[in-house]
Amino acid sequence: MQKFKTIKSIPAYLPIVNIDTDMIIPKQFLKTIKRTGLGKNLFYEMRYNEKGVPIEDFILNTSPFNNSEILIAGKNFGCGSSREHAPWALLDFGITCVVSSSYADIFYNNCFKNGILPIVLPEAKIKELSEYSKRKEEIIVNLEEQKITFGNNEIDFEIDQFKKKCLLEGLDDIALSLEKNPKITEFEKKLSSNKPWIFND
Amino acid sequence: MSKTLYDKIWDDHLVHAQEDGTSLLYVDRHLVHEVTSPQAFEGLRNSNRKVRKPNLTLAVADHNVPTSDRSKGISDEESRLQVETLEKNCEEFGIKLFGMDDKRQGIVHIIGPEQGFTQPGSIIVCGDSHTATHGAFGSLAFGIGTSEVEHVLATQTLVQKKSKNFRIKVDGKLSIGVTSKDVILQIIGKIGTAGGTGYVIEYAGSLISSLSVEQRMTICNMTIEGGARAGLIEPDQKIFDYLKGRPMAPKKENWDKALDYWSKLKSDNDASFDKEVTLDGKDIMPMVTWGTSPQDVISIDGRIPNPDNEADEDRKNSIERSLKYMGLKPGTAIKDVKIDKVFIGSCTNGRIEDLRDAAKIIKNKKIAQHVYAMVVPGSGLVKQQAEQEGLDKVFKESGFDWREPGCSMCLAMNADKLKPEERCASTSNRNFEGRQGRGGRTHLVSPGMAAAAAISGSLDDVRKYQN
Ligand code: SF4
Repeated sequence: MQKFKTIKSIPAYLPIVNIDTDMIIPKQFLKTIKRTGLGKNLFYEMRYNEKGVPIEDFILNTSPFNNSEILIAGKNFGCGSSREHAPWALLDFGITCVVSSSYADIFYNNCFKNGILPIVLPEAKIKELSEYSKRKEEIIVNLEEQKITFGNNEIDFEIDQFKKKCLLEGLDDIALSLEKNPKITEFEKKLSSNKPWIFND
Repeated sequence: MSKTLYDKIWDDHLVHAQEDGTSLLYVDRHLVHEVTSPQAFEGLRNSNRKVRKPNLTLAVADHNVPTSDRSKGISDEESRLQVETLEKNCEEFGIKLFGMDDKRQGIVHIIGPEQGFTQPGSIIVCGDSHTATHGAFGSLAFGIGTSEVEHVLATQTLVQKKSKNFRIKVDGKLSIGVTSKDVILQIIGKIGTAGGTGYVIEYAGSLISSLSVEQRMTICNMTIEGGARAGLIEPDQKIFDYLKGRPMAPKKENWDKALDYWSKLKSDNDASFDKEVTLDGKDIMPMVTWGTSPQDVISIDGRIPNPDNEADEDRKNSIERSLKYMGLKPGTAIKDVKIDKVFIGSCTNGRIEDLRDAAKIIKNKKIAQHVYAMVVPGSGLVKQQAEQEGLDKVFKESGFDWREPGCSMCLAMNADKLKPEERCASTSNRNFEGRQGRGGRTHLVSPGMAAAAAISGSLDDVRKYQN
C-alpha cells in the first residue's frame, strides 16, 4: 500500500446524506476481477446520463473539481453494500481523503485498507469547510498533525492511532497479522480440543 | 463481570489484543462468492500465500448467475469470467464450491444455514454486508471488504475493534398478516439507517423468541440496513432442531459437545447494553417503503410524507430527492400507488417459509394484467422443496414466473432488472436509487404483501387476502 502523504487539493463538496456504495459504484461495474480502472465509473448514475454522456453540472465533471483529491459529503457516507469497489473507484479517480460527519462501518474500514483517509468532523465544521470549498481554493490535509488547513483557519481531527500509523507507513495488514502466527497456531490447538466440531475433522 | 452474548463470543475468539483495543479474532466460518473474492485470491497469488484453513471456507456463485435457462451457461461475458474465476480459484486453493449446476447452489446466506455450515457461537464472515443474516443462529456474523477477505483467507483471523452493545426488545404477538419483515422495517424506520452504526444489535423479547428460525434470519439479515455491524439472537431449541442432521452440522459426539456449548450461549441477566429500544408486537403493521432508503417506511395505511413538514434541512432535501426519484407526490395514499413488477426472492425473503407465505395469498387468484411477477427461490434446495409442495404450480397458475435460484433482481447484476421508472414491489432489502436497475423504483415489502400487490396491481394490504 502507498504511504499516505500530506494532501494539497481543492475539495469537492457533494451535499447529499446517506450516499450508499451503490451510488458510489453501481453493480454493473462489480463484474471486474481487477481493483483498478473503476475511476471513470465513480458515481456513474449521477455523473452520466442514460446514453453515457457526462452530465455537465455534476461536480466531479466540472473543473477544477474533476481533479479533487478530497471529497466532502453528507452524513452516513458509504452505507449499504460492503463492496470494496467503492474505495477502489474513489482511489482510481484520485480521491484519497473523504470528509463527512459519519460513515458506515464497513466502508470506513475499507478506506484504510486502500490508503484512503476518512476524516470525521462535527456537522458545524463540515458546513464551514463546504462553504470554503466554493472558493475553489486548495486546502491542506496533514495526517501526521491531524490537521486540516484552509485559508487562515485550521481544524483538528481525531483518528485511531493504530490506523494512522498503518496509513502513514503504508503497512500491509496481512504481513502484520502473520507475525502473530505462533499465537494463531496456539489458538487453533486449543480450539480443536475445546470445540472439536469447528474443524469437523 | 456480566457479559452480553456479543461480549462472550468476542472473548472466545480473541487471538491477540493490542493495548489500544485493536484485536485479532479467529474466524470459524468464511463464506465466499464470485463478486468480492477475485481480487483477494489475486492478492494471495501475488504474495505467494495459501489459504490457511480451506475446510472452514465455503464458496458459491450467486450474484451473477442467470435465473432462467442455464443449459447454455452465462451469456454475459464479464459475468461468465467472474464465475469461472471463482471456479478456478477454488480449485487452485482447495476450497469447496457449489457450482452453478449443483442443486445446493443458491444465495450465499441461504446455503450457509441450509448446509449447517452456520453454527451458534461462531464467528462467520463473508465479503457481503448481508452476512448479518447468520446472526439468527446466535453467531457473530458480519460483512467484510475484499482486503479483509484476503486477510481471512491467509490468516483465518480478522483485525477488529469492538463495537458497542445495543439491545432491541420486541415483546407481544404479531397480528395476522404481519411478519418478521414488517418488524425489521419498523425497527429501521425507528432507529434510522445510521441508528446502529458502531453497535452490534441483540434482538430479544418474547416476540423474537416466538419466531421461526427462518423469520429470525429475515430480521438479522436487514440489521445492516440499520447500520449495525451485526445482529444476533440467543440460540434456542428451535435453532438446535433446525441444525440437527444438516450435512455440515456436527455429528455424533461432536454434536453432543457442540450442543452443550451452544445451550449456554446467552447474555447474562444483568448484562448492560449501551443502547436499548423496545417495541410492542401489537403496534407493528404491514409495512412498505416509499423512498430510496430502507428507513423511508410507512404502514400500508399510510400516506407519502410531505417534505415541507420537515424541520431538519438535510432530511427535507433527502425526502424531496427521494420523491422525485420515486415519482411520488406528498400526501398520496400508498395503497393508490400502481406497480409494474413484483419480485419475490433474495437472502431476506427467498426461503421456503417466504414462498409458502406468498403462495397462500395468491392461491386460486390471478395477478393483475399489467403486472409482471417473478419468484426466485433462494437456493436449489428451496426450489426443490417448493416444487415438492406444489408451490411452483400455485405461482405459475396465477401468472408468476418461476425461476432458478440466485440473487437476481435484488441487485440486478444479471439480466433481471427494472427499466427506468418501472415500479416494483420487492421482498429484497434495498430500495436505493438504481439498485434494481437504473431509474427503477423499489418498494420493500414482505412476501405476503408482494403477493397482494401482484393481485391488486397496486401496493396493497395483505390482510385483505387473509382467510
Ligand atoms: S440476495 Fe441481494 S442482498 Fe442478498 S446476497 Fe444477493 S445481492 Fe446481496
